Amino acid sequence: MRAPDPAAQKPVAPDNAASKPRIATVSLAGCFGCHMSLLDIDERLFTLFDIVEFDRSPLTDIKHCAACDVGLIEGGLCNAENVHVLREFRARCKVVVAVGACAINGGLPAQRNALDIGQILLDVYQHRPGLATGSSVPNDPELPLPLARVHAIHDVVHIDHFLPGCPPSADAIWAFLTTLLADGAPKLGRENLHYD
Amino acid sequence: MMTTIRMQPTDSGSDSERQIVELVVKRYDSRKDALVQILREVQAETHWLSRKVLHLVAAAVGLTPARVEGVASFYHFFHLQPVGRYHFLWSDNVIDRMLGSRMLARELCRLLHIVPGKPRQAAPASLDFTSCTGLGDQGPAVLLNQHQVLTRLDELRVVEIAELVHARVPIEEWPGEWQRVDDQLRRPDVLLASPAAQGEALRATLARGAEATLDEIVISRLRGRGGAGFSTATKWRACLHSPCPAHGGRVVVCNADEGEPGTFKDRVLLTRQADAVFEGMTVAARVIGATEGLVYLRGEYRYMLETLQSVLEQRRRDQLLGRQILGVDGFNFDLDIHVGAGAYVCGEESALIESLEGKRGTPRIRPPFPVERGYLDRPTVVNNVETFCAVTRIAQRGGAWWSAIGTAQSSGTKIHSVSGDCARPGIYEYPFGVSIAQILEDCGANSGAHHAQAVQVGGPSGLCLATDEFERCIGFEDVPTAGAFMVFDETRDMFETARGFAHFFAHESCGFCTPCRVGTELVVRRMDKLAKGHGSIFDETELRELESLLHGTTHCGLGATATNPLRDTLARFRPAYEQRLKSPTFTPGFDLDAELAAARRVTGRDDADAHLVWQE
Repeated sequence: MRAPDPAAQKPVAPDNAASKPRIATVSLAGCFGCHMSLLDIDERLFTLFDIVEFDRSPLTDIKHCAACDVGLIEGGLCNAENVHVLREFRARCKVVVAVGACAINGGLPAQRNALDIGQILLDVYQHRPGLATGSSVPNDPELPLPLARVHAIHDVVHIDHFLPGCPPSADAIWAFLTTLLADGAPKLGRENLHYD
Repeated sequence: MMTTIRMQPTDSGSDSERQIVELVVKRYDSRKDALVQILREVQAETHWLSRKVLHLVAAAVGLTPARVEGVASFYHFFHLQPVGRYHFLWSDNVIDRMLGSRMLARELCRLLHIVPGKPRQAAPASLDFTSCTGLGDQGPAVLLNQHQVLTRLDELRVVEIAELVHARVPIEEWPGEWQRVDDQLRRPDVLLASPAAQGEALRATLARGAEATLDEIVISRLRGRGGAGFSTATKWRACLHSPCPAHGGRVVVCNADEGEPGTFKDRVLLTRQADAVFEGMTVAARVIGATEGLVYLRGEYRYMLETLQSVLEQRRRDQLLGRQILGVDGFNFDLDIHVGAGAYVCGEESALIESLEGKRGTPRIRPPFPVERGYLDRPTVVNNVETFCAVTRIAQRGGAWWSAIGTAQSSGTKIHSVSGDCARPGIYEYPFGVSIAQILEDCGANSGAHHAQAVQVGGPSGLCLATDEFERCIGFEDVPTAGAFMVFDETRDMFETARGFAHFFAHESCGFCTPCRVGTELVVRRMDKLAKGHGSIFDETELRELESLLHGTTHCGLGATATNPLRDTLARFRPAYEQRLKSPTFTPGFDLDAELAAARRVTGRDDADAHLVWQE
C-alpha cells in the first residue's frame, strides 16, 4: 500500500453530501476470488450497504459505471477490453484501488508472459489434434484481442492505492474500506499484512 | 603460484578440459575457499565455463555442482555461455559514454557482425558492456578477455581492431600502444611524491615497537580511505583484541577492489606505490600480530598481476616479506594476491571476505565485524589501498606529521581520480579541506570549452553537487569521498547521468535482498520510461517513494546508496526531470497497440476494436 499523497488525504465523500459514497467494482483478468473475499465480510455487508451505494459491480450487474467515489479493481490486464474497462474506471472514479495480487503484479495469469500469444492462439484453435478441418483462430470483432503480455493495472493508469493479498482477507478489505471512507487514508494494520 | 599455463586454444574434448581442471585445482591444493581463483584460472584456458567444466571443478574440490554454479553465476566475468576468442567488455561508465564509447561499440559490432551480449556461434569475437573499468581518464576503455585493457579508443582504432580480429591475429601481437595505461599524475602530494618504500617504515616500526606504532596511528587520526572513514587505529585495536580461533591467526586484507565508477586512484597507487601498499600491510601485520595477508585485486586490474607479483618477489628477496623480516626472529608475514571476477559489491568488506573464501559476494550481517570474525572466521583487518600507503608514511614520519595535514576531522591527504569534462583528467592528491572549486580550476573544468555544471564526488554512491556548492570542501565533515571526481559540463543531461547510475546499481545488485534486487530494477524501469518520453506527473511520486524505500530497507550499503544519484539530481537538477514529467495524464511505458499485434496477425483482424490508443 503506497503512502498517500498528502493533497489527496481528504475523506472520500460524494459531491452531494446528502447521498452516500458510490463504489464500483470489477474483476478483469482475475478469478473473482477478491470479490468472494469481499463477500466474506459477512454480516458487515449490511453495514456496508448502509453507508455506501454500489454502482457497476458483479453485485449489481450495471454494465458501465457512473461518476463514483471509489473504484475497486480485481485482476490484471489480459486483453483490450480490460484496458477499456480500466480506463473507464479511471475516468469516472475519484479513487482507484488495485485489489489483490493480479491487479498489483499480473499474478497467476501473467504466467503466460513467457509464451508468444500468437503461437498460443494457433496451437489452441488451429493446430490442436481433434479440431474440425479448416478450424482457425476466432476473429469475430465482438471478441476482445488478448495482449501480448498480462500487465499490472498500474502499468496503464494511475492507481491511488494498492490492497495486497491473494486474496486480501475479508478483514483487510473491511479495514481498508472503512478507513478510506472515513478519512481518505486507508490503513491496514500489521495484522492484515502478513501471509503466514 | 598464479602464473597461467599457456595452451593452444582448442574446442577440444573433455580430456583436455579434465586436464586443465586437474592442473588448476592441484595448484590450489583442492582448496574449497580458492574456488573463485580456480574458476578464473580454468576459464583463462577454457574461455568459458560449461556446465561440464563446472561439474569437473565441483568434483575436484569436493563441492556440490549447485554450489559451484551458484558461485560461477554470481560474477560478471565468468561466462556460462560460450564467448568469442576475442571477448570485448566495453566499459560503460557515464564518463566512457561521454567520450563516445557506445557509438564505438556499435561500430565494432557492425564491422564484426555481432550483437552486444549475444555471442554468436563460431564468431571469433563477442562484445558486452561492463561497469567502469577504472580508466575514465583515458577512455573509452575496453577489457579484452578480462586480461588486457585497451585505452583511448577511437573510430580509427575500432576499424583496426576489426581487421586484426578478422585476420585472427593473436592478442599478444596487437600494438602495445593500444594497451598503454598512463598514470596521468597531475598533482602529487605526500603519498604520491614519496620514493618507493624500501623498508624504512618497517625499520621505524621495529625500532618503535608494535604498541607505539599503533599509538602513532592514533595520533595521526588516520581514517579509512574506502569511503566510510572509519578510524584505522580503532579498527586495528579491535582486531588486536579479538581472540583467534584454533585454526588460524589474524589476517591483513588490502581492499583493491576499486569498483566505484569513476575511481582509479588505486590503479595508480598500485602502479607507482605498490611497495608502500605492501609495506603498510606489513606494518599492520606487525601491529596486530598477523602472519598472512591478502590483496583483493579487482578483476579489471588483472593486467597488473604479474608486475605486482614481481614486486612481492623482490620484497621477499630484500627480506621485507616472508620469514624473519629484516632478520627479526618471529616477524613472519607473507601475502598473496586474489583476483576478483567482476562484482562491484565485493568492494564491501564483508562481501569481499566472502569472495576471498570462494563464495558468492553476498555481504554478511554485521556484527560480528570482520575484525572479530573475518576471513575464515579469523580476526581480519580490511583496509583500502590508499590507507595502507598512508600507514607506511605515518610509520616512517610519525603520527603528528600526518595529523598536521588536513582539517580537524580529516587528517592527511586524499587522492582524487578526476575525469569527465575537464582539460586535464588524471590523479590529484590534495590535503583534506580543499574546495571543489579549487580542484575544478586545477583540472581545467572551467576553461575554454568547459564550464562545469555538476560534480559527482565519491562516485554514484557519493554526492552530486551543483555550482552553488562548489565552495564546499573535501573532508568527512563536509564532502566525504572515496576518490571519484567526475565533472559534467553544462551540455550534459544530468537526468541521463542519474539514469546511467541507476542501471549500474541494478546490474551490480547482488540479488540477496528483495528491496535492492527489485527496487533497483523498478527505478531503472521508471527512469527508462521517462527517457522514452512516457513520463507524467505521477512518475515523480513513484521515484521518490522508491528512493525512500531503498534508503531504509536494504541488506547493505549498495542498496542504501543506489538511489543517491536520483535523490541528488532530483533536488539539484529539477529542470532535467520536469521536461520529462510534464504530462498531467498517466502514460504507459510501452506501446499498448503493439501489444495486440500478435493477436491481430493470427486473427487477421484490423478493425477499430483490434487497436488500442497509447494514452486516453
